[in-house]
Amino acid sequence: MSRRRDFWRRAREHPSFVVGGALSVLLAMAAIVSLFWQPWPPAEIDIPSKLQAPSAAHWLGTDSLGRDIASQLLVGAQSSIVVGILAVGIGLVAGVALGALASARRGWIEELVMRLSDFAFAFPALLSAIMLGAIVGPGLVTGIVAIGIFNVPVFARLTRAAANAVWAREYVLAARAAGKGRWRITLDHVLPNIANVLIVQATVAFATAILAEAALSYLGLGTQPPQPSWGRMLNEAQAQMFQAPLLAVWPGLAIVLTVLGLNLMGDGLRDLLDPKLARQR
Amino acid sequence: MSVFLLKRLATFAATLAVASLLVFAVLELLPGNVAQVILGEGATPESLAALEQRLGLDRPAATRYLAWTGGLLRGETALSHAYDTPTAELIAERLQVTLPLAAMAMALTVLLALALGVYAAARHRRLGDVGVMAVSQIGIAIPNFWFAILLILLFAVKLQWTSAGGFPGWREDDGGGLVPGLVALLLPAVSLAVVQAAILARMTRSAVLEAMREDFVRTARAKGLSRRATLWKHVLRNAMIPVITVMGLQLANLVAGTIVVENVFVLPGIGRLVFQAVANRDLVVVRDVVMLLVALVVAINFAVDVLYALIDPRLRPGDA
Repeated sequence: MSRRRDFWRRAREHPSFVVGGALSVLLAMAAIVSLFWQPWPPAEIDIPSKLQAPSAAHWLGTDSLGRDIASQLLVGAQSSIVVGILAVGIGLVAGVALGALASARRGWIEELVMRLSDFAFAFPALLSAIMLGAIVGPGLVTGIVAIGIFNVPVFARLTRAAANAVWAREYVLAARAAGKGRWRITLDHVLPNIANVLIVQATVAFATAILAEAALSYLGLGTQPPQPSWGRMLNEAQAQMFQAPLLAVWPGLAIVLTVLGLNLMGDGLRDLLDPKLARQR
Repeated sequence: MSVFLLKRLATFAATLAVASLLVFAVLELLPGNVAQVILGEGATPESLAALEQRLGLDRPAATRYLAWTGGLLRGETALSHAYDTPTAELIAERLQVTLPLAAMAMALTVLLALALGVYAAARHRRLGDVGVMAVSQIGIAIPNFWFAILLILLFAVKLQWTSAGGFPGWREDDGGGLVPGLVALLLPAVSLAVVQAAILARMTRSAVLEAMREDFVRTARAKGLSRRATLWKHVLRNAMIPVITVMGLQLANLVAGTIVVENVFVLPGIGRLVFQAVANRDLVVVRDVVMLLVALVVAINFAVDVLYALIDPRLRPGDA
């Protein structure tokens, strides 16, 4: 219990963690609030009030179809969070399982897992999304799967490297001498000891997933209408750049603040959770 | 060295072979019927059969795979469904835009990143360092396509110095030329480079800081070498290993980045080609372009491995 209190005491004094945490909480709040309330229905088309400047009624103005920008941004946070959670979840579950397996069994299984993850790096998320989009059609699920697949080798490599270090420790040797099996040792000793590394990587992967989703949605390969997404808002705004340049600014700012928040929080967590991993300052 | 090279070459070839199998499997076997995907739900059985025969889909999968890969190796490719042109011709034409763009972007990235990274390391914990680190933290969070849009907003909409996109071509008889072509690629290259440089600059900074703590740096300074000479002669060479690793990863990112940024600036490159091919359901083009890009990524990783060995003899496992 006192360790937890100690963590929060140090966390409050860590500038990256505080700023990043605040921005991340802001994102989560935006998504949660938008589930229950939006200033305007985000998909409601209202041509007479199109391309309005920011006002008391429309905080950030309206787009070419008269839709309220602030409402779309709020609801767009949902897409970003859903993609982030699911894509990181796929990578985390499959990657940790493969990495832990490789580390527990060693030998040809480890070799196979490592070669497979080397190989997977040849397919950036965007290429997978293009292939899947060409076959099953573009959509939110296509994007999530493509980004998730890309995350698997990232977590598999990290898990294996961190787990191998744990397997070399004396307490694991003691556990083996006491007759514990590889499966039990992995659950009781290896995973709890590498959890911190995985949490830090998950935060960074979340940020990367949001950037990738934005790019896919911008290209029309991600979230589909009428569900608002920041990437597609930028695509639509590009057509109105000469009449309403501000439309192309808001969604981008939302992406930058979100990604910046997650990256800063990841940096902060790295320092707070694992002093050995802390980068030189 | 030669044993190491041979081993790496064998892995390179094997990776390409497996990658081609995977691309083939995903694009030609998974959906069941390629002709259906291309023609859509409303296609008549006759038109389906005709297209299947034209694409050679009535042949067994193994034969089609060998015909495809064999054709790629000989430089003979299938006809694009939408353009009725061999994909190799389409790709070669589009590469004239994509390759110069990627080269410009990478050159700008390296220039910016090395300058900022070494500067920050040399000013460690002083104002310059803190400033570079803060700016690069924001740079990492910026999506390259949004930075591209911001550049268009500033230079095309506000200042009206350039057009908002498009490419005049390299040939003067078409109204283009070398200078107009390079100018058209400048903003796209900058938008790709700035974001990548932010990552690489941080990497360079910490690699240089690490190398500066080594004993050989103290030795070099003790024998009378100036701070600057030590930095350029000893520190940078030793800091290059992690930096080159990240550069290799970034080149792969750049491949993906060009696809997006070409679409922002409406440049007729590979990215635009593959994107339109997805929209047109031109699977032959999608397959060949994806294969080319995957081959490019694998080749870059191969080159990075070989570069390691050239820079640091300790990393040549074959000679051990």
